[in-house]
Amino acid sequence: MHVDGTEKKWVILSFLMAFAMMGILAAYAINYNIRPPSNVETIDSNALHLTEEFGEDNLGLKVKQDGSVVVTMVAARYGFYPQNMKVPSDTPITFRIASADVLHGVHTAGTNMNTMVVPGYISELTTTFPHVGKFPMFCNEYCGLGHDYMWSRLIVVPKDQFKLPAPQGGAQ
Amino acid sequence: MDASASRLPLANIWIAFITFALAALMGLYQVAERSGLFPKIEIIELYFRSVSSHGVIMGFVLTTFFIMGFGYWVASSSLKIPLWGGKGLGWLGFFISLSGTAMAAIMLFTGKASIMYTFYPPLKAHPLFYIGATLLVVGSWVWCLQMVMTMNAWKKQNPGAPVPLAMYGMTANAILWFITSLGVASEVIFQLIPWSLGWIETVDVGLARTLFSWTLHAIVYFWLIPAYIAFYTLVPKAAGGKLFSDEFSRISILMLLIFSVPIGMHHLYVDPMQSAGWKFVHMIGTFMVAVPTLITGFTVIASMEVAGRLRGGKGLFGWIKALNWSNPMVLAGGLSLLMLTIGGWGGLVNASYSLDVAVHNTQWITGHFHLIFAGTTVIMYFAIAYYIWPSLTGKPLFSRKMALLQLWLWFIGMLVLTLPWHILGLIGQPRRIGVPPYSAEFTAPWEPYLILMFSGGVILFISALLLIINLLFSHFKRKSSEKPVMEYAQALHPSLKMPALLNGFGFWTAVIAVYMVASYGYPILQFFLMETHGTFPWSI
Repeated sequence: MHVDGTEKKWVILSFLMAFAMMGILAAYAINYNIRPPSNVETIDSNALHLTEEFGEDNLGLKVKQDGSVVVTMVAARYGFYPQNMKVPSDTPITFRIASADVLHGVHTAGTNMNTMVVPGYISELTTTFPHVGKFPMFCNEYCGLGHDYMWSRLIVVPKDQFKLPAPQGGAQ
Repeated sequence: MDASASRLPLANIWIAFITFALAALMGLYQVAERSGLFPKIEIIELYFRSVSSHGVIMGFVLTTFFIMGFGYWVASSSLKIPLWGGKGLGWLGFFISLSGTAMAAIMLFTGKASIMYTFYPPLKAHPLFYIGATLLVVGSWVWCLQMVMTMNAWKKQNPGAPVPLAMYGMTANAILWFITSLGVASEVIFQLIPWSLGWIETVDVGLARTLFSWTLHAIVYFWLIPAYIAFYTLVPKAAGGKLFSDEFSRISILMLLIFSVPIGMHHLYVDPMQSAGWKFVHMIGTFMVAVPTLITGFTVIASMEVAGRLRGGKGLFGWIKALNWSNPMVLAGGLSLLMLTIGGWGGLVNASYSLDVAVHNTQWITGHFHLIFAGTTVIMYFAIAYYIWPSLTGKPLFSRKMALLQLWLWFIGMLVLTLPWHILGLIGQPRRIGVPPYSAEFTAPWEPYLILMFSGGVILFISALLLIINLLFSHFKRKSSEKPVMEYAQALHPSLKMPALLNGFGFWTAVIAVYMVASYGYPILQFFLMETHGTFPWSI
């Protein structure tokens, strides 16, 4: 077997590059808890309206007893409910989203909020919005012929101008 | 090649390119629709029908048939022994795949399967679509078996001799395709077909997506390995040089084989039903699979440098100028590597566990895989077709100049199409949309890139037409020529003996099996351990 000297160096360098990239991602995951949204939690999407959490009256922004801010949303052909959500800036916000029908996705373009919404499962992600303004919230997964019409807005309001509702319920 | 032996590869490759031409026309319609320049053709039902057909044809039909045809050609021209199981078995596989393709195509073209190339349950297509797609894959399993068994037969006749590199790569690809197609096959056979026929009421979408992810990444290596085979064995030959390293080419192929299958969950980074830990495990493998591509880049560029210096090229970069760029195989090799470099860099972004949320399901992704697949890979399919056409048809190529123009147009068109797509993705445009009624405050910045995208699509369509015209005119030309003897590039340091591990697949197949169980075992098993809720079928 013949191995050229330069080639050997390149192979070692290739491995080092791969390890360096893995290392950087691992460091961010461990030190800053930057992970993709992953939440193995099931729900019966066929009976979403019968669950307490995703019942129509309970959707939207809430503050839990422990002070955490949770936004509950439903993705259904062809919209996100509630529409035109308002959230405070610089506040960690946990989104919990369920689909009432087929596969959807939510991408708030220009932010880190991007998750699939899979029927039968609850999507959960926590993020903070440092920039104030109106952001588009697109359905980014083909969900049927009306897919193009499925979008909403996320309005990020300066933290000091946003009045959080009173805490309710127990910490979940 | 004698005429009867060349019919099987020719039939496969013609099916590949005829369907490619159809799908290219759909691509042209899609960029026109999406550009917003032609309101009259904005028919959303037609658009999604077109996107689904374009994806299935380019991803499953063009690739499978082309690779089968190229595989039969490589087996007979490199091993020079009869095909295991005979040509009859090859034709059986061909007709199974063809009938499946016809079935699926009828459903796609009549709008009964507008569910994208990724199937997307709980959207439900006509059962014949799923059955047709399954038959396409089942037919290709016959090919897989023939590749593996023909290589084994050759090894028995030539004990201890290194298997020719082209065939070694092709057999690796057959094994890779068989292993990776098991994921989508189990999704379709156990979930989608019975569900679409009404035998079972619901499907677990989480499980379906996990099974599909098993196929979804390695399938792109099934498409890519034939291009790598051309890089290693045909490009250096056409350039008048030698392969820099036979051993490292084999190591790259083996690494692709091992690391490409158990990493599919990077397609599920933002899916809720898999936990972050498993995604992390798959991320590690995803970066490992970048290594063989980096090695390939080195081997191919070094081989081309050898050729350039043999042709009298001097200095650090002089050898590049000295290469014979008017040879379609050399030109395609160079252009393909350029696209691989840009596309591979984008791929590292997608592979990044945390960075992926910035681009997931945006037009960036469409840009990425068009650059890597339609660009890097398919341009090599063109070059391979030009290269082997005279030996398959017994006629010289109709026009070499047209071939060169076609390759340049494909390269330019692909960049004009995909670079704007990357930018569109970064500024938020989702993939798989028509002309959405989003507020202009969000879509105004997209406009210039949409025009560029449309121009890229037009250039690509012209290039696709030139390919078909050239191949057709060559094939049906009156004048026949002496069939050229096809040769592959020799290694700079040819090995008379190859370590057994670099000359067979038994051990590596076992390694893959263990790695697969480790990385996909629990993520699949979990659906049977927890209480899940299936989903009823939905129409589009």
